[in-house]
Amino acid sequence: MMGPGIASYLVVSVILFGIGAFGVLIRRSPLIVLLALEIMLNAGNLALLAFARQFGDGSGQIFALTVMVVAASEAVIGLGLIVAMSRLRVELDVDKLTTLRG
Amino acid sequence: MDAGEILVWIVWIGAVTALFASGLAVVLFQNPFYSALSLIVNLASLAVLFLLLSAEFVAAAQVLVYAGAVVVMFLFVTAYLGGRADAPWAGGPTLQRLFAVGAAAAIAIEVVVAISLAAGDRLTDPAEVDEAFGSPAEIGRLFVSDHLLAFEATSIVLLIAAVGGVILGTTAPRRARAEGGEEVPQR
Repeated sequence: MMGPGIASYLVVSVILFGIGAFGVLIRRSPLIVLLALEIMLNAGNLALLAFARQFGDGSGQIFALTVMVVAASEAVIGLGLIVAMSRLRVELDVDKLTTLRG
Repeated sequence: MDAGEILVWIVWIGAVTALFASGLAVVLFQNPFYSALSLIVNLASLAVLFLLLSAEFVAAAQVLVYAGAVVVMFLFVTAYLGGRADAPWAGGPTLQRLFAVGAAAAIAIEVVVAISLAAGDRLTDPAEVDEAFGSPAEIGRLFVSDHLLAFEATSIVLLIAAVGGVILGTTAPRRARAEGGEEVPQR
């Protein structure tokens, strides 16, 4: 395998996960919280693919594809909830969203 | 170190720099529209790393599914809601933000320590893989042989998400219906 070893990919993946977690924790707009969640899921994907390459096992790639499906579903539901919030005139701020009652 | 090796290193460093810069941009931009656009750069540079890990099919699916579908959906919703968001650092550093920085750093350090303790020397020599590794044919074969249950489960998850999205989008919220019809979206 040419280029950097698996450990470098794992470090990149961990730092990316940290950036995503930081975004989820500091932002109050639910849209950007969802975007930061996508970053965290992608960091997980990078680690899965790095391990798949390390051990020469295709199952890690199957896992990564499954995570992408979950991420797409999560984006659909999350955005649907945000649009429903705005139709109810709830302020788009995760700190002020204290109830899930329709 | 031959020319190919140096080229791979240059591509890797470029992709990682773009990855971190665009990731921070997603988190720190005030306008959610710019955040969503930065996510496209983030996903594209991640796809380059996937290619270097010989995961060609996953890299292609990543660009198609994320840049093609998810980010476009984000942009539509951002346009529908009007581009406004909190400034990430408005009001100076509060206790919550300091804790957020600490928690993110703690997660990163924790994972690095846990992996390096568990891995030992097993992360040094990557396995030899042939051309077929990560190809669509190999992925398809694994999906219908070893991972058939996961394949069927993902289709059900997607169906449920699609039905849920339609229900969330078409059913008017109770308060809006009580007031007689669709409300004007908040600006």
